Amino acid sequence: MTVQELSPSVAEVAAQQPAEHRRAPLWRRPFMWLIVLVGLAFALLPAWSDNVQLRESLSLAAVYITLASSLNIMLGCGYVNFGNIVFFGLGGYICVYLVSERLWPLAAAALAAGVAVSLLALIFGMGILRLRGAFFALATIGVNEAVKAFVSNFEPWGGATGIYLSLDVYDPLGGPSQALWNVYFLIVAVMTASLFLSYAIKSSKFGLGLLAIGENEDAAAVLGVHTPRYKALAYSASALLPAIVGGLFFFKSGIIEPAGAFDLTGSIEAIVMVMLGGLGTVTGAALGAFLYEELRGVLLTTEAFSHFQLVIAGVLLLAIVLFAPGGLMGFIYRRWPRMRRLLE
Amino acid sequence: MTALLEVAGVSKRFGGVQAVRGLNLAVHDGEILGLIGPNGAGKSTVFNLINGVYPPDRGRIAFKGEDITGKPPYRIARHGIARAHQIVQPLANMTVLENCTVGACFGRANLPLARAQDAVREAAEIVGLADRLDQPAGQLTTAGKKRLELARALSARPELLLLDEVLAGLNPTEIERMIAVIRRIRDRGIAILIIEHVMRAIMRLSDRIVVLNLGGKLAEGTPRSVANNPEVIAAYLGAPEPAGQSADVSK
Repeated sequence: MTVQELSPSVAEVAAQQPAEHRRAPLWRRPFMWLIVLVGLAFALLPAWSDNVQLRESLSLAAVYITLASSLNIMLGCGYVNFGNIVFFGLGGYICVYLVSERLWPLAAAALAAGVAVSLLALIFGMGILRLRGAFFALATIGVNEAVKAFVSNFEPWGGATGIYLSLDVYDPLGGPSQALWNVYFLIVAVMTASLFLSYAIKSSKFGLGLLAIGENEDAAAVLGVHTPRYKALAYSASALLPAIVGGLFFFKSGIIEPAGAFDLTGSIEAIVMVMLGGLGTVTGAALGAFLYEELRGVLLTTEAFSHFQLVIAGVLLLAIVLFAPGGLMGFIYRRWPRMRRLLE
Repeated sequence: MTALLEVAGVSKRFGGVQAVRGLNLAVHDGEILGLIGPNGAGKSTVFNLINGVYPPDRGRIAFKGEDITGKPPYRIARHGIARAHQIVQPLANMTVLENCTVGACFGRANLPLARAQDAVREAAEIVGLADRLDQPAGQLTTAGKKRLELARALSARPELLLLDEVLAGLNPTEIERMIAVIRRIRDRGIAILIIEHVMRAIMRLSDRIVVLNLGGKLAEGTPRSVANNPEVIAAYLGAPEPAGQSADVSK
């Protein structure tokens, strides 16, 4: 006999309060529609105004949002992945290789890249997720550098010079100019998917388990959370969309080479974005990524700052960690507590 | 009748210290078994062996007749053993509700998120945290955190509860309340294995008591027979008790 069968009074009480915490199915929640709205805005704004410059800016923002949201999944279980960019670079390589050398259609190649990188992450994850804290962070940098060194010497992928796409590959998508638009829409779709994924994980049992691991891994295991499996799955899930978006991004660029694909700066910037917006919140990761991209754009185009972009990112990270550990969303939640329900 | 939990010939060594040596004990359905002994007798280690934090070096542990020796903690939780820690381990930035939901969703009950509510509310009601559900766990008082340990363990709807010094650090009024809570849990048919230093409390609570000393079993029996056992008295008098705990006893 267990608690369940007894204490009917309590069960009645619970039944009478129709569960403020029991939640509507995903598709009926306002936040889901907010995500759809953001996706549509990204897709339609530059298309309507036919503004290529806006498209390029939003395209980069969408890539960043995908990276930051995915990184956020790992941060949710308390593991800082400094090598998160390896997914992006590896996805890029696989996709570009499949399109260029194997003549795969772009969508199939990007998807294959996502699945392959995600599976690799699952296998890698089971190993390096035995490490905790700073040791894990170091190992993730190691993974990135090791993959970079491997690719730099891997002749089928062009070694250190990388792969250049010929203009022919853009033909199936309506020629180079139209292809850029189509790829942009795909990138926006992946960004939207990354927000959906983050939100779905956050509001699931899986997400609760990750959160518990982030708070206290040993206690979570004693409570029954299958910690090794959960961590590996989170690592794998955080690899999927960055790999796909990497494929699209480098297809759009027309060139991929090791230094650009596995640039550690990207990992660190993604961490800054998540911290800026607010750790553990879906909106925060997206907002942080968007603002960071805008800020970066301004800095890069301002003569005086163009070489100091990373210095400023560093100072920003310090300031956030010291003065606003909750980031923008932390501030918003404190100021307007009701926003906690609306903006997850 | 087979016991609910059977620990047979279990040993564990840490470097030069033989923490547990050839221990046998059994917990039966619906009983409260007290586990006492001087500091360093190996009590908490026994808990860590039972719920899989460490694998034993030798011996066998069976739960409901099934061998669980050396299984990791998350598997053992699923079998139906839940634990309240001596040093409280709240998921500090999560609310009481979320803490207990983790217990309900991942422990023996293994509920889907949407159905965890009832188990959580029942558990919170039993330990007296029902009005604190939305409070962050880190903000609870010491007594509150002890209750949370208990509520979280109960949310899993376990069949065996391991309680590690849930009375330590509580004042006499809180101890009385906690004793009532523990009795209520047992009345719901959950077997309890409890480690405790507050002698007066464990003598009142336990159906049987096992006394550990230097990692081995020194005595076993009813509270009365154990209290009158000369070997037990010698072990206790030989080991000076910390001041705070003897103060608890005197009250």
